[in-house]
Amino acid sequence: MSITLTEAAAQRVISFMTNRGKGVGLRLAVKTTGCSGMAYVMEFADEFQPEDKIFEDHGVKLIVDPKSLIYLDGTELDYGKEGLNEGFKFNNPNVKGECGCGESFTV
Amino acid sequence: MALLQISEPGEATAPHQYRLAVGIDLGTTNSLVATVRNGKAETLPDNNGQAILPSVVQYLGDNKLVVGEAAKNAAVDDPYNTIGSVKRLMGRSMADIKKLSGAIKYDFVDTESNVPRIKTRGGAVSAVEVSAAILTQLKRRAEQALGDELSGVVITVPAYFDDAQRQASKDAAKLAGLKVLRLLNEPTAAAVAYGLDNKAEGIHVVYDLGGGTFDISILRLNRGVFEVMATAGNSALGGDDFDQVIAQWIMQQAGIADNSNQSLIRYVSQQACAAKEVLSQSEQVEIVLDGAMGLSWHGVLSRSKLNELLDPLIKKTLIPCRRALRDAEVTQAEIEDVIMVGGSTRMLRVRERVAEFFQCEPLVAIDPDKVVAIGAAVQAHTLVGNKSDDEILLLDVIPLSLGIETMGGLVEKVIYRNTTIPAAKAQDFTTFKDGQTAMSIHVLQGERELVSDNRSLARFELRGIPPMVAGAARIRVTFQVDADGLLSVTAREQTSGVESSVQVKPSYGLEDAEIAQMLTDSLSHAAQDVAARNLCEQKVAAERVVLALQSALKADGDRLLSAAERKNLDAGLRHLQEVAQGNDHAAIKLATERLNESSTEFAARRMNDSIRSAMAGHNVDEFSE
Repeated sequence: MSITLTEAAAQRVISFMTNRGKGVGLRLAVKTTGCSGMAYVMEFADEFQPEDKIFEDHGVKLIVDPKSLIYLDGTELDYGKEGLNEGFKFNNPNVKGECGCGESFTV
Repeated sequence: MALLQISEPGEATAPHQYRLAVGIDLGTTNSLVATVRNGKAETLPDNNGQAILPSVVQYLGDNKLVVGEAAKNAAVDDPYNTIGSVKRLMGRSMADIKKLSGAIKYDFVDTESNVPRIKTRGGAVSAVEVSAAILTQLKRRAEQALGDELSGVVITVPAYFDDAQRQASKDAAKLAGLKVLRLLNEPTAAAVAYGLDNKAEGIHVVYDLGGGTFDISILRLNRGVFEVMATAGNSALGGDDFDQVIAQWIMQQAGIADNSNQSLIRYVSQQACAAKEVLSQSEQVEIVLDGAMGLSWHGVLSRSKLNELLDPLIKKTLIPCRRALRDAEVTQAEIEDVIMVGGSTRMLRVRERVAEFFQCEPLVAIDPDKVVAIGAAVQAHTLVGNKSDDEILLLDVIPLSLGIETMGGLVEKVIYRNTTIPAAKAQDFTTFKDGQTAMSIHVLQGERELVSDNRSLARFELRGIPPMVAGAARIRVTFQVDADGLLSVTAREQTSGVESSVQVKPSYGLEDAEIAQMLTDSLSHAAQDVAARNLCEQKVAAERVVLALQSALKADGDRLLSAAERKNLDAGLRHLQEVAQGNDHAAIKLATERLNESSTEFAARRMNDSIRSAMAGHNVDEFSE
């Protein structure tokens, strides 16, 4: 079981966290919604839940609840630029299909 | 695969639910766009990493235009087709523009309409169209950067903008295909950017010296709520003027004539601007005018000389500061901090003088060019619904006084400018003539004394007033402005309860032409206004005396006056009527007083007579209780 993130993504997360001034890590989750079944959730986390799994990579704590972990196992979080737009990408090996825009996916 | 952003705990939105919103600072010299991403408000740069977009548009013809840096650079070679500082023209009429401080040197098209249009190679363009071109550019940049269409924008405007100027800004956004969530006053945006809403309660000052406008605002933070206590400023003073002073000095030193060609003057202005920026870092700067323009001159501008040039202009900014303090009824000592906004506040001299004036060190941590856009982005983020709760409630003020027309074409202000909204205020008025049964209520906006100089918002009539003698009716006129700036005016006759009302939304439903027509003059007519007001008041007073005496003479003249007395009063009456036609307020006053004096005896007799008749048949004892 593992979740990782790239150097670029880690740098961004750390800079956003510093700017925010508080928080214990980055929470990644999956919720069942969206036009293609599931959607990623990415939030600053202010506290851990007892059942949380915590992965530390490049100095960033990635917090995932056990249910989401089933869908996220093996995911690498990346940060990229597309023209002027920039943001995080989930490289998730479990994904079988995405909706056109890529905001939601199926496993 | 979509690019995702981090959200605050519990605020992650469902796919396609996150609504993109940006804040736009549509400035005189420069414009910016900002948004909130990953919990952080930041300006969005263009492909070259530049966040600042010069508010300059060059028209190339064939529906082609260039916006921004390239247009700014073209200004020297193509001055008449390259439009800058267009914000100064927003919502202004042709007449207003003629009065603007010499800075505007475009060719205007002569048209029937009052909306000024500038002649360019691409046809005649209005200020709204030029602004729309700038907004379109920023919109395109934001949509590229955020990867989707925008749900809405918050555009900032100077607190000083009147309704026509605000409407013009909204029209420009509409033309650019943007949905305006709201217009936000620039100082309020700056305060939001500094997160003053999270700070201790207190009074904050926003000193905004932009390219073309100066605004001073006094905000009070009270239980987490911003209240704008007062605003003042000068809508025709800014960094451009500072550059001009320096440019003039250079021209004087280099022996360049004032009436040299446009390109040359613009070139010198650019040099002046560059020199000013260097002097924020170093003690002196060498200015070299090279041969490109057929010039060869070089000289040195020291910081102390610069200070000497700038001081008179800085002093001009401190006058509105004093006025705002007075309006807000606060002293320098009560001020918590001063936020510096606008590129011109980078000038060290400005910071020094402001610190001196307000007796506290100004806040300069956030880039003064970006602070307004950042605040607007934070506000847009909240308004579009990406934030769950604890919304910032921003109170606004009424930018211009609201009042009604009274006899003689004068305006009686009911709600004064800088009153915080929502607001409600009532004032009693009365009838002017005996037996008057209707009253026309004319709602106006503006600071001037005469109706003709203010903006007309609405007219309505109150009918069914019971016939009474002049001055006996009590008509209560209530002005109510709700949180959205919607004004409703109600008139109610107190004894009979007849009522009539009207709703006005000053910012909406007005055609461009109408707005232009209703444009008010600025605040520079105080003396003239006072004289006009005196004359009107005197004329009204004279008319009142004439009417009262006429009706008294009709009722009792024959019974209570001798033929000689009657003749004397009639002559006085005629004299006053004649004088009142003229424009000499002192003469009208004199004639009114004379007639008043000569009719005193008649009035006394009427009084005695009516008491006698009222008491006839009664015993004195009946009245002594």
